[in-house]
Amino acid sequence: MKPRPFKLIRVDSAEGASEALARHGEEARILAGGQSLVPMMNFRVAAPAVLVDINACTGLGGITRTGDIIRLGALTRHRETATSTLVADALPLLAMAMPHVGHLAICNRGTFGGSLAHADPAAELPACALLLDGSVVIGSLRGERRVAAADFFRGLYTTAIEPDELLLAVEFQARRPNAVFAFHELARRHGDFALAGIAASAIRVGEMLGDIAFVGFGIADRPVLLPSVARLAAGALPRLPQIAALKEALAADVEILPDNQQSPAMKAHIVAELILDALGQLSRKGTA
Amino acid sequence: MTKNIGSARPRDDVRLLLDGRGTYLDDVPVTGALHVAFLRSPHAHADIAKIATAAAAALPGVVRVVTASDLAAICHGWGSSQTFPGLVERRQTALAATRAVYQGQPVAAVAAETRAIAEDGVEAIEVDWRPLPEMAALDHALEPGAAPAHGDLASNLAYSGTIGANIDPAIWKEAAHVLEESFIFHRVTGVPLETRGVVASYLPADGSLTVYQSHTAPHQLRSLYAMHLGLDEGRIHVVTPQVGGSFGVKIHLYPDEIATCAIARLIGRPVKFIADRLESFTADIHAREQRVRARVALGADGRFLAWQVDCLLGMGAFSTHPGSSVQEGDETVRLAATPYRVDAFAGRVDVAFQNKTIVGQYRGVGHPMASAVTEYMVDRSAEALGVLPEELRRRNYVPDDAYPTTSASGLPLDALSHRKCLDEILRLMDMPALRLAQAAFRAKGVYRGIGLSAFIERTATNVPVNAHVRKATAQDGVTLHIDPSGSVRAAITVTEQGQGTHTAIAQVIADALGVPFERVTVISGDSAATPYGSGIRASRGAPVGGELALKAGRALRRNVLAAAATLLQVAPDDLTLDNGTILRRGGGRGVRLDELAEAVHFRPQLFQHGAQPNLSVAMHFGHDWPTLVPTNGIQASYLEVDARTGMVRLLHHWAVDDFGTLINPLLAAEQVRGGIAQGIGQALYEELLYSEDGQLTNATLADYLLPKASDLPDITVGHVETPWPHSELGAKGAGEAGTTGALGAVLTAVNDALRPLGAKITEMPMTPERILRALGKI
Repeated sequence: MKPRPFKLIRVDSAEGASEALARHGEEARILAGGQSLVPMMNFRVAAPAVLVDINACTGLGGITRTGDIIRLGALTRHRETATSTLVADALPLLAMAMPHVGHLAICNRGTFGGSLAHADPAAELPACALLLDGSVVIGSLRGERRVAAADFFRGLYTTAIEPDELLLAVEFQARRPNAVFAFHELARRHGDFALAGIAASAIRVGEMLGDIAFVGFGIADRPVLLPSVARLAAGALPRLPQIAALKEALAADVEILPDNQQSPAMKAHIVAELILDALGQLSRKGTA
Repeated sequence: MTKNIGSARPRDDVRLLLDGRGTYLDDVPVTGALHVAFLRSPHAHADIAKIATAAAAALPGVVRVVTASDLAAICHGWGSSQTFPGLVERRQTALAATRAVYQGQPVAAVAAETRAIAEDGVEAIEVDWRPLPEMAALDHALEPGAAPAHGDLASNLAYSGTIGANIDPAIWKEAAHVLEESFIFHRVTGVPLETRGVVASYLPADGSLTVYQSHTAPHQLRSLYAMHLGLDEGRIHVVTPQVGGSFGVKIHLYPDEIATCAIARLIGRPVKFIADRLESFTADIHAREQRVRARVALGADGRFLAWQVDCLLGMGAFSTHPGSSVQEGDETVRLAATPYRVDAFAGRVDVAFQNKTIVGQYRGVGHPMASAVTEYMVDRSAEALGVLPEELRRRNYVPDDAYPTTSASGLPLDALSHRKCLDEILRLMDMPALRLAQAAFRAKGVYRGIGLSAFIERTATNVPVNAHVRKATAQDGVTLHIDPSGSVRAAITVTEQGQGTHTAIAQVIADALGVPFERVTVISGDSAATPYGSGIRASRGAPVGGELALKAGRALRRNVLAAAATLLQVAPDDLTLDNGTILRRGGGRGVRLDELAEAVHFRPQLFQHGAQPNLSVAMHFGHDWPTLVPTNGIQASYLEVDARTGMVRLLHHWAVDDFGTLINPLLAAEQVRGGIAQGIGQALYEELLYSEDGQLTNATLADYLLPKASDLPDITVGHVETPWPHSELGAKGAGEAGTTGALGAVLTAVNDALRPLGAKITEMPMTPERILRALGKI
């Protein structure tokens, strides 16, 4: 379990990283927290010839607010996101998701940008980015561009990032007034990747929920919006939809894939139950 | 009289290990060692048409690429132990020559300057594989037309045996109730945190071989390496340094370990192999893959009229070495129903070859399944009769005063205490209150379950019972020596893997000799420093090692008193030795042990009136007990099943064990708790997932779910002490009881929780998906 030989390039700026990527192209991978990439290299599942280590880069970390825009730098460690009061106030969904992300040691190293760029379909942060309609800021020597989260995740471990590009940051709209959120997942053990999960949002006015949206994760090759499920839920309110109807709506939205432990039927059932939990939480007064 | 036996002492090496100053295998300093990495078969079953090694050999830093033909002259291979007569013979070689029969089987090795380069070398070896149809799934292994795991065998049936006597068919017709159930137990493995490893050094100059290995039995290794490599056993030195867990994984000898020593001999340089986690999952012994059918005939009065228990064991491609893979299936059947009075018992064990990793002896060997199957059937019997599960158990237990006896499956049993253990666990649980709480939760739609699982374990392998396991069990030995400071050094054959063997042995010696615990140092795990003898397996450290230590301590005490008697000019019988001081019974001046030792070592002329004093003893012990040492216990689990998700939340766990004389209740309880964690793992989490074509798909600690501390409940441990009547110490084996009882306790508790929902589950691990299927939710 030793990686193949590789060249390590340590850069201290995003420009330096972009130069290295421009030079080495598809042979290079970015090393941020390394919590997924390094084990894959040790298994020799991934074998980049060049690693561009961005951990010493200035300007890639930190959580900042400009007007209504919250920006999380690519190098923001999970621990920082989890403990940020700015995130807790303006991005309550992220605050709900963070306790499910990894174990403490992983959270100390793992990064926000790394989680999105790795695009594990069972990961929490890509699902949140999709539901919150995050804008992924990507840079290269060619310049900077923004990609909506809905266009960013392209498949299993696959994103819109080109070989010469670096994920710089993710930007989110701060929470709208009356916006409420829910985040639920089921993992066999705490800290494991979820066997399935749900992120949900709505606008709540008095007793009424509107603008309901769901993202499911751990069920397909990427996080997926569930519009049929949202319509079903909206139609059923104030009552909760039936499990069987939820499974039908789910089937209309996504073809659920198995993992090596769980069948699609199992995942569909769990997602349906988690949707009920999420609806319950969205409807409850006093919920974020 | 100072009493160390029975006192709850922490392990004496805890501080050392927590300080990071332990010497595990990878810490052993060896100058100039090459690293060995193995090319392992990526196929479950494939012919090796050609192996091209030139590219690997040409890599800078690669010293030698080794294939089966390179080792053929050094190491001839080995057959299957005939512990169970009739087991179909299959020869193995350290490296597969022309055909690989399981994924992970070592095929070639690269010795290189670093492990990374060795792995580069492995990647550069080109093998022309010709895949063959594979036999992986156990359910169809014995059906006509099943793909053969070994092409030259007509059937995958490796062994078939019967246990007990035929049951009169009329019993099934006349019984008030006949209950039948099938059980599925999936494959698991032991996962010691320190993986297996070997450092081997062969000196061509004198033909000596030195081996450091993460293992439990250095002398056994020495004998086996002499056999495998054709070396003079007297020139082999084996050291097992600090070992970070074994759980049975490290009582075996593996092809990659034999190959490493053979490579050391081949190239005449020290070589080092340490299995990485991926290799551990694919090449350490696996265990537990069984299908069991149980059938119980029950009288209207609740008597067990007949039990039939049949087991199909998937053993992988070969029988384990040097023991036998059959053992796990045999123990499952042989121990079924043993706590109970059973009028008739019949059992059958079928063992199937598979193109999968070899099954061996993992903590509890068969016993967890015996207990789980039995206790599930007892619960169903109680349900059929409309009595409480604990009541039917109490009624049908072999009474504590009925021992010695022989079980219906033919096992000699002695000194057991099922009723006492049941009474104690019910008291610890406060069962009436627990049942009230359970009922209250059920009324609210919360499904909590209470499960009991009693068991008998067979511990402490010994010479008469296991002589056929090659070199596995020998007479044990210890040397004791007192140095001039009065310190006692014991060099003993039973070894330490983190369970506290050394501490327990020191406690026994301290009492037997009459010195403070702190004056006793125990060493083990070095064939050059200890007498020849067995290492650790089958929970034998306390019952066998402890008895040996007791005898040796007493012998040394006689020597000490004889020396002191000469010095003090009194009769030895007039002296006592306690807490390191020799006193006259009638009063008057005595002598401290260190003063005596100082005199013996430096002023032997003081002893001119008698024989020269002897402050050393060598003691050997190959016990003549009538059987393995049976122990018994019972566990209970209290848990909650989420009927929406199938998730199980463990609320509390109890264990009451009869380990006979308790040398150290703290260490015994640690053993029980650790074992319970592994039993819970098998019940709820752990499963080696194979694809249909025999590929292990979850060979990482991220994907193979070991329970973590945060997944485990609080565990209450209680003890009943019925001393083993055939030894002076009276201790029984404690190492595996936790694992043995936990599987059944969780199984019966989950089923108790599911009962009001009309569901049952008999497939383990009981994953959320399996529970949801049992509930009809998916």
